Amino acid sequence: MNGELVLMNNERRTMDNQAKNVNLGDSKKMTVGLFIPCYVDQFYPNAGIATLQLLEKLGVDVHYPAGQTCCGQPMANSGFEHLTHGCNDLFIKNFSGYDYIVAPSGSCVLHVKDHLHSGQEEDKALSVRGKIYELIEFLTDVLKVENLEARFPHKVGLHQSCHGQRGLKLSQMTELVAPGFSKPGYLLNMVKDLELVPLDRMDECCGFGGTFCVAEEAVSVKMGKDRVEDHLKHGAEFITAADMSCLMHMEGILRRKKSGVKVMHIAEILNAG
Amino acid sequence: MSREKILAAVAANQPASQPLPPDPGMNFPAGDLVEKFAAVVTAIGARVVGIGSVAEIPARIAELFQGGRIVSFIPELAEIAENDISPATDPHTLENVDVTILQPHFAVAENGACWITEDLMGHRVLPFITQHLAMVVTAEQIVPTMHQAYDRIAEGAYGFAAFIAGPSKTADIEQSLVLGAHGPRSMTIFLVGL
Amino acid sequence: MMERTHKDHAQLSDVFNEDEPRVNWHDETLWWVRQKRDRAAHGIPEFELLRETASQIKNNVLSNLSDYLVQFEANALANGIIVHWAANAAEHNRIVHSILEKHDVKRIVKSKSMLTEECHLNEYLGGQGISVVDSDLGELIVQLAKEPPSHIVLPCIHKKKEEIGEIFHRHLGTEKGMSDPQVLTETARQHLRETFLTRRIALTGVNFAIAETGEFVVCTNEGNADMGAHLSDVHIASMGIEKLIPKRKHLGVFLRLLTRSATGQPVTTYSSHFKTPRKGQEMHIILVDNGRSAQLGRKEFRNSLKCIRCGACMNTCPVYRRSGGHSYHNAIAGPIGAILAPNLDMKEYADLPFASTLCGSCSNVCPVKIDIHDQLYKWRQVIVQEGYAATVKSVSMKAMAFTLSSPALYRFAGKSGRLFLKYAPFAVSNQMNPWYKQREMPEPPAESFGEWYKKNRN
Repeated sequence: MNGELVLMNNERRTMDNQAKNVNLGDSKKMTVGLFIPCYVDQFYPNAGIATLQLLEKLGVDVHYPAGQTCCGQPMANSGFEHLTHGCNDLFIKNFSGYDYIVAPSGSCVLHVKDHLHSGQEEDKALSVRGKIYELIEFLTDVLKVENLEARFPHKVGLHQSCHGQRGLKLSQMTELVAPGFSKPGYLLNMVKDLELVPLDRMDECCGFGGTFCVAEEAVSVKMGKDRVEDHLKHGAEFITAADMSCLMHMEGILRRKKSGVKVMHIAEILNAG
Repeated sequence: MSREKILAAVAANQPASQPLPPDPGMNFPAGDLVEKFAAVVTAIGARVVGIGSVAEIPARIAELFQGGRIVSFIPELAEIAENDISPATDPHTLENVDVTILQPHFAVAENGACWITEDLMGHRVLPFITQHLAMVVTAEQIVPTMHQAYDRIAEGAYGFAAFIAGPSKTADIEQSLVLGAHGPRSMTIFLVGL
Repeated sequence: MMERTHKDHAQLSDVFNEDEPRVNWHDETLWWVRQKRDRAAHGIPEFELLRETASQIKNNVLSNLSDYLVQFEANALANGIIVHWAANAAEHNRIVHSILEKHDVKRIVKSKSMLTEECHLNEYLGGQGISVVDSDLGELIVQLAKEPPSHIVLPCIHKKKEEIGEIFHRHLGTEKGMSDPQVLTETARQHLRETFLTRRIALTGVNFAIAETGEFVVCTNEGNADMGAHLSDVHIASMGIEKLIPKRKHLGVFLRLLTRSATGQPVTTYSSHFKTPRKGQEMHIILVDNGRSAQLGRKEFRNSLKCIRCGACMNTCPVYRRSGGHSYHNAIAGPIGAILAPNLDMKEYADLPFASTLCGSCSNVCPVKIDIHDQLYKWRQVIVQEGYAATVKSVSMKAMAFTLSSPALYRFAGKSGRLFLKYAPFAVSNQMNPWYKQREMPEPPAESFGEWYKKNRN
């Protein structure tokens, strides 16, 4: 009985996914709304482009609603969730018409999943929350991708972004006594000539944390430096993640120390070659 | 009265009653309990001394310790140990006890703890104030986990009782483990029939 | 509005981070404890079931707390224990003092009790001319250093052995330069043995109190609680009202979890069950509320009262490990401190829920499954709504600046998207910009994704 409770909590997502997949049948007929988070749009368009191209390659009917902005997380995580109504309504307006919503950011997806509400259309908000997917889990759980035509002949360090990992359960967490798995690791292993480097701390936070990165500058930077060091120590040429915000933070640290190691969103690697 | 105030506030603020969960009741993964117990006891800084019978203990005590003031209530140890400690004893008179040998009710394989109640201690402070502590445990006395331990304790009556697992220890200075903080500097388990 | 007189978490962390090798040492020491915890947890295949069971037992406790308190009191009284009720810290301290006065005692020995830290008992008794000796080695060290503990389980984890050696040299007469933990511990042993033998009143904390039997359990590795209690004429045990558990058998669940989560040991050396006073001894229990009944009424935050004070959330917290316990300026540091403290004083502790990246590791190691990181998020909402963000300048002002530069708010204002660059925190290259101080800014690309899409897909 208790065991079931634990499992229910952890596997809620998987069960949702299976149910939906069965109902939807042929994945090629579904429509997918692509949500490109604000900072990806502005600073890392290549991550967005790779996400789009990857989904298109896999035969998905993807649309990018032009009127989209932000998920509202920067405000909400700073304690201003009450100011996100406008954001939320816009999000619902842009995305509720699609079968699925996919975004290349675990953090934004988790925020929508946990906190999207609507004054007038709560049913629509709930529906959006149920059908938004982070790119990786969409590939593994909905499309059930089994192979990829990608090649990336480099040593890569995989950073487990916390919201994707602990929030969306993209990978097993080292704290829990439970069987291991890694959805991003599973996909990266399909990429030809890619070598994943081991890390001393498999799932330690990088210290970005939204406004934390400026409000708690000293600790944020120290966390970032330590995380970067772990990847460098193990010979990574690239650091990748399912969240560009973590990578933006680590990139800032890598470039300040004039390191040649690059960051790259996981979509770009899965779409490479 | 704070009592009424606190109880009223708690009653007003507590949520609707939620049921107790079922007992976990799992069994310890199969394996030799004695072996597991001995391994854990060693890992927590105690030592295991296998003996054929309690009668061997006096000789082993002579080998393992440097004498001094020895206390035990085990009849076979009457020759080497004083046994007239009782709850009425002034605890301060026990400050120079060197070795104490006690018989707990049972021991726990998963954590090396021995369960001992006040009536087996002579005085409550004895297992703590003694410089060295030894416990005599037989194989049949070892239970797998703390769940079975509390099943055995059940409604048992005691004024004071304790699980004791290994010697007194601290790692407060830079996580360096030091044995012999305030209680016994060493813990010996005489494992009968090992 | 009154400004706070001391620095907030971010400012205190700035200071802590001035010595980077020391931060590395602190981080690695606590990560080592986290690793020990992992090894212990992974040795128990049913560990997650234990956590869930413990969590549900605590849910039952919190939802029936008034009955359990009454039941515990009746059983404790029947056991011959004197029961006191304290609505707040001041009343708790007065009760302790009145017991000392009754026995005309000026010197007491105390084992670890985070509750007495929360109540600032030592300071209060000091003001009454009472001397208190903390007998836990770590607590003795911070007491001699005139500092509060920086960790609830490892009080002096922030101190290096050389610093402890210096403290011992000054206060306990060890040789100058001596920093061997073995020698320092032996010195404390000799020093405190004398204390234990000469104090007539001992105070201890309480790890668990059992409603059905009226007994309480104190867990230590050093044996200091027992040395104090069993040598004293009067034993005073202070406990928060949330420490109750329904039945003795539930200790099986909690004792399996507590120390594995705390230090990675299978159990503490001593799990002492106090049910009746010794013949001729007086035993007191003080049941302390001090904000707990109010927290129980906060639906979103009441689960914080399930805490069994193992400290696992601190050891795993990447922020705590790199900011130190004192940066939380509260008796209880770390993630759990950050969700408990605002209930006691929202203004004073408004900064703490922001001292987190919401990474969620704390909730995962919590042996009673408190949703710590979700509560941190919720406290942020409450603190902002109640207007306390404004008292935490460095947090809220920077956060606001960032928030107002978010494209959502910004685009609502009807401006063009590219202006985002101008207002994003990483967009200004000067030393006043907290992003740029130690990090490069992202290089703005030629076009945004939206612009690319317009050209390439429509």
